[in-house]
Amino acid sequence: MSELSVKHLLGIKYITEDDIHLIFETADHFKEVINRSIKKVPSLRDITIANLFFENSTRTRLSFELAEKRLSADIVNFSASSSSVKKGETLVDTVNNILSMKVDMVVMRHPNPGAGVFLSKHINASIINAGDGAHEHPTQALLDTYSIREKLGDVAGKNVVIVGDILHSRVALSNIFALQKLGANVKVCGPKTLLPKYIESLGVGVETNLQKALQWCDVANMLRVQNERMDISYFPTTREYTQQFGLNKQLLDSLDKEIVVMHPGPINRGVEITSDVADSKQAIILNQVENGVAIRMAVLYLLASKIDRNDD
Amino acid sequence: MSQKVLLNATEVKIALHRLACQLIENHDTFENTVLIGIQPRGIFLAERIKSLLETDYKIKNIQLGYLDITFYRDDFRRNYKTIEANRTKINFIVENKKVVFIDDVLYTGRSVRAALTAIQSFGRPSEIELLTFIDRRFSRHLPIQPDYRGRQVDAINNEKVKVCWEENDGEDAVYLINN
Repeated sequence: MSELSVKHLLGIKYITEDDIHLIFETADHFKEVINRSIKKVPSLRDITIANLFFENSTRTRLSFELAEKRLSADIVNFSASSSSVKKGETLVDTVNNILSMKVDMVVMRHPNPGAGVFLSKHINASIINAGDGAHEHPTQALLDTYSIREKLGDVAGKNVVIVGDILHSRVALSNIFALQKLGANVKVCGPKTLLPKYIESLGVGVETNLQKALQWCDVANMLRVQNERMDISYFPTTREYTQQFGLNKQLLDSLDKEIVVMHPGPINRGVEITSDVADSKQAIILNQVENGVAIRMAVLYLLASKIDRNDD
Repeated sequence: MSQKVLLNATEVKIALHRLACQLIENHDTFENTVLIGIQPRGIFLAERIKSLLETDYKIKNIQLGYLDITFYRDDFRRNYKTIEANRTKINFIVENKKVVFIDDVLYTGRSVRAALTAIQSFGRPSEIELLTFIDRRFSRHLPIQPDYRGRQVDAINNEKVKVCWEENDGEDAVYLINN
């Protein structure tokens, strides 16, 4: 076991448990690298990567960019708002034009679910999905589970509850796949309107009472309410959402054990999580961000090593 | 496949003592010197030399680190398989220190080239030396030669030199393997 079973990282659904462990072990080494005074290694110096962001992103884009730079790759950045996409160019055309400039890998975020899978059938470069609509966000799930492994020693056998807007969340879906592949027990918790109808078919538990869910879990992953994806009202008011599904200090202290609190960011402080919880020592939100760079370096490194030089 | 013993346990022991003595000649108390074992196989030799220096030659406080060169290699994507990384463990600063790289076999010199790049991430050493247990002559791709060598070996390209250490392979010995 020293290479990934896939050529692209399109979703956690498509990779194996062994792949995840290999990514974690490689990330351990990169975490040591990024904590040196000189944080750069020359591994990917002959690789060019295009970061295609058809949807807004701060954290993920920065994290990928840093990971690429620390591996010495050459990078080009692209964001849809300032491009020919506005002029009506198709996705395949846009990407093929970029690839004619000799790009080896593509990191893509796109508002349409399945955009990465679609692209992988039409182009020759290695593709990393950095979020496709409400489908998957594999590197986020990898860094979340990596952070759990780092904090609790192992992911297997742990109880993890994902709280909030499961319906619109690619983070939730990727996390469910990753946690299950690593042997954790998963529950989702949120207002019924924000839980997908057939979520139980994925083998996850459903809980609509936050207190009960927290009492059950070792780790709570608090998701952001994605107002930008809500075309109708899913709950009466934000205040009511916060009262029922917001995590506050009082609730956290009422539990008879100390749970780990996670959040994929960006945080709506005072909505899904209060400031005192987000900044408490139980929260590993900033560790998640640090681990994100190491995880993305590992993914880039492992996928790049599968690029055949003869294909160039 | 046939194999021939190049060095047996006694000969390995003698060579180790000689290498330790040669290091002492140049580095005296090791006050300003650090040993760096190159991952994966250089670390056994490095540990041996360190413990010899400490027990038999009573030199205290020798600093030893492990350096992994995986991410610095120049054959990334040229090999069929992904190269798996090992742990780098350097808990000290190498700035202005004399560094001694320790590896078991010097063959093409490419690992040492990678190590020379990798060590720069930990500071600027005042000088770097190379200690290698087996020096395969006439096989270098780069102008790199050892400062200390256990044994020089003339091996042709389809032959492989294997250094075995008791703690890892169950015995101290050096074999020449012919495929």
